[in-house]
Amino acid sequence: MKLLALQQSYLNRRSNSFRSSGPLDSYSDSAIKSPAAIFWIVLHGLSCLISLVLGFRFSRLVFLLLSTSSTNFYTSPFHSSSELSKTLDLHSVLPTNPVGNIPVPALNNTATNSRVVVGRHGIRIRPWPHPNPVEVMKAHNIIERVQMEQRSQFGVKDPRKIIVVTPTYVRTFQALHLTGVMHSLMLVPYDLVWIVVEAAGISNETASLIAKSGLKTIHVGFNQRMPNSWEERHKLESEMRLRALRIVREKKLDGIVMFADDSNMHSMELFDEIQNVKWFGAVSVGILANSADTNEMADQKKGEEENPPMPVQGPACNVSNMLAGWHTFNTSPFAGKSAVYIDDRAIVLPRMLEWSGFVLNSRLLWKDGDKPDWIKDIDTLDGNIENPLGLIKDPSVVEPLGSCGRQVLLWWLRVEARADSKFPPRWIIDPPLEITVPSKRTLWPDTPPELPANEKPVIGIQEPTVKHTRRTRTSRSKRPSKRKHDEARADRHTEIVSVNARNEMSFDGTAASTIGKSDCSAGLREGENSPAESKIQYTGSRGGAEKNSSEWERSLDRIGFPSKDKLSKRC
Amino acid sequence: MEIWRWVFIGIIFLAGFVVKIEPFKLGRSQPTERISGSAGDVLEDDPVGRLKVFVYELPSKYNKKILQKDPRCLNHMFAAEIFMHRFLLSSPVRTLNPEEADWFYTPVYTTCDLTANGLPLPFKSPRMMRSAIQLISSNWPYWNRTEGADHFFLVPHDFGACFHYQEEKAIERGILPLLQRATLVQTFGQRNHVCLKEGSITIPPYAPPQKMQTHLIPEKTPRSIFVYFRGLFYDVGNDPEGGYYARGARAAVWENFKDNPLFDISTEHPTTYYEDMQRAVFCLCPLGWAPWSPRLVEAVIFGCIPVIIADDIVLPFADAIPWEEIGVFVDEKDVPNLDTILTSIPPEVILRKQRLLANPSMKQAMLFPQPAQPGDAFHQVLNGLARKLPHDKGVYLKPDERVLNWTAGPVGDLKPW
Repeated sequence: MKLLALQQSYLNRRSNSFRSSGPLDSYSDSAIKSPAAIFWIVLHGLSCLISLVLGFRFSRLVFLLLSTSSTNFYTSPFHSSSELSKTLDLHSVLPTNPVGNIPVPALNNTATNSRVVVGRHGIRIRPWPHPNPVEVMKAHNIIERVQMEQRSQFGVKDPRKIIVVTPTYVRTFQALHLTGVMHSLMLVPYDLVWIVVEAAGISNETASLIAKSGLKTIHVGFNQRMPNSWEERHKLESEMRLRALRIVREKKLDGIVMFADDSNMHSMELFDEIQNVKWFGAVSVGILANSADTNEMADQKKGEEENPPMPVQGPACNVSNMLAGWHTFNTSPFAGKSAVYIDDRAIVLPRMLEWSGFVLNSRLLWKDGDKPDWIKDIDTLDGNIENPLGLIKDPSVVEPLGSCGRQVLLWWLRVEARADSKFPPRWIIDPPLEITVPSKRTLWPDTPPELPANEKPVIGIQEPTVKHTRRTRTSRSKRPSKRKHDEARADRHTEIVSVNARNEMSFDGTAASTIGKSDCSAGLREGENSPAESKIQYTGSRGGAEKNSSEWERSLDRIGFPSKDKLSKRC
Repeated sequence: MEIWRWVFIGIIFLAGFVVKIEPFKLGRSQPTERISGSAGDVLEDDPVGRLKVFVYELPSKYNKKILQKDPRCLNHMFAAEIFMHRFLLSSPVRTLNPEEADWFYTPVYTTCDLTANGLPLPFKSPRMMRSAIQLISSNWPYWNRTEGADHFFLVPHDFGACFHYQEEKAIERGILPLLQRATLVQTFGQRNHVCLKEGSITIPPYAPPQKMQTHLIPEKTPRSIFVYFRGLFYDVGNDPEGGYYARGARAAVWENFKDNPLFDISTEHPTTYYEDMQRAVFCLCPLGWAPWSPRLVEAVIFGCIPVIIADDIVLPFADAIPWEEIGVFVDEKDVPNLDTILTSIPPEVILRKQRLLANPSMKQAMLFPQPAQPGDAFHQVLNGLARKLPHDKGVYLKPDERVLNWTAGPVGDLKPW
């Protein structure tokens, strides 16, 4: 009766559990009274009870467990009903299984030729169903090969080498900017040569940074230091770029020259797009003139709701996609409020057209060879040029790239730290600091004011007392270690505070004391600190600002150092 | 002057020879390869002029009224029967004179009785088909002339003309006895199976061409997914314990590779399904309740190499398309080693498969576009029918010879519709 009811229900709806109860309808014809049938009904009831107790249908779990626990694969096809019943006994207590028996004898006639059998099959799981690293590597190779093929079919045909020109100088934010450019260049799928021109000569800082890229680089020094005002900096950068173009000419590099300033951000599509240039091209540059002073901006915004400045510089086209003019960033709203010195907290404005928005075929720079007549020779340039348009006589020959300037492919940004900011050389803190801070205590609830120099260091115990290190750090290090604080003098030094529960901390107390003796105008020195074991050397910014200051920036001020105003003063 | 003529001819000959050697290039300068199956290079054959088809005029209760009752039939994967009818009505191969027709088509929409969920119920289909055949045999003499051997029917259901969604039941029923001599055009194909008759033409399931066109992404987007699959692994509603659905193959795929980073497999329904397929190198096409699935069509359109996990399956237009060279066939028992199998395929072979897939005639052959275009699935069906011509002697029966048993089959089928 139950079976007949099931048959009715499955005829009415298709989507609910008809499959498992389907075979029942054939079964219903055969004898319900046979002992096998009774046995299966009993088994069905038993399994229902067990499921009720357990709260879930445990049969699948049992099934999976049994199939995985068998040595290899649980071979599935049920070839005869006897085998079926045997395997059914072993592997499942499924209530619908008994009826699986019945269709199989009918199948045997048709299934003899085919190796595919209808019925329940096992779920094959191999003994260790986890990824094999060798296979994963092979698959990655395959994917790379496929992508290479795709690139050769749909990407740029005959890609030319890209010659990247980057002017740079050593300063705190150099690592940030240069790493960004470096990573973008490392992703470029074409041949690349990176010409890095560095103000104030070649330094280990820059060299170590660009060596990590694995790219072909030409690192050149330029004999002037980077000035501290934006105006001068732009001029010097233009000169540095011309120096790089002279290298291109000398070495007869063949490819496409693009200008990647070290604080810009480039999209990958840029490198694909510039492959389309014939002689001289221009792309649209997004100008991210960061506004540090938001109050002023808010006032401005009210007045200029209708016309926010569009932050894009680049070629402008007319309807027929020919170059018609140039978009430039409207700097008039910011006139008078822009930054003058590199570390001013004001908006940094770009010039009319930035170098980074232009690309040129390197053959334009060669001495000889076939080049169009609208290009000026670099050697005949008198003085500096503001942007590459100064190299050509007729600005209408510029090819607009990036669907005629509609796509912004790179972003211009200028962000720098304070001119006198320090950073550990090559960003390695050597020797390593060992500072442990007990978590429950605040360290310096109030710092005492500045102390006179040359005070003898006192071995403080648990109170924050001002201490000074002297040149002879070695003697101090032999003292029994307890919590000590070292603070540099406040009037002319930044205090460098550290806590050391066990051992010596190693801030540059000595350096501070050295500096303390020096004048404000002395500039920053490095390497003058006594070579004790535990010391941090902070380089002065070598190409650094000419504006002098004897302050030290704290770079490890996460341990609750007192605020800057308390501790440091400008000269 | 004679010699110059020969030189000229020689030059032209050489030029033609040189041009032939180059790989077949297309407008977008993407190298593809010609596809030639066991029947030869037949994908681009034009059936017009090679055969004539007569379309019976059945009362609209067999076709139009059914469609009116449920217009969802136009969008599901069994819609080929409706679109084939429409195509034939306006095609140049159609003839209004049945005496000169080589093939006869009966437009009966047997797969249009849908549930609330959109799945077709096959319970009335045998009766509908039987009633249609009775109609044509009584109104026209052409059925009795051959007992249907020069007639063809479209039966795109799960198991073709066995008219049941469940394999065991379908096998039990077998092909409808009245269709024993007719040519069946169906999506189901499995070797040595009751429901695949000798001489049937397998077609791909219907996939909406416009929808796929709108989801195309630029070809230079790099293919970064190794294996892609979206769909059920366990059919909890109908096969809660597992093991019946897909003969356990889909479940095996899940259990073995669910934590493998190369296999992007899940049961989700993302909106970016088509786009993701275009970013994958391999697309799994395992069997479900039936061995065929629209995934094959989608994989071919999107250039993703199909990995077919279905033992003994017969793929669409198997005589025209060399599927072994285009897809990867994996036995169900080898599923746990799927990652080894796929990673051990040499890259040159993979690139060749992609070139074959990129051939536009391959993609056209899998589609049912509206209106019909040259080389599409409609034309491939006609090509297949044309290859079966001319009919051999056994087709035409002697006036009193009778082969079909009109009372065979389950009792329920004999009721009128």
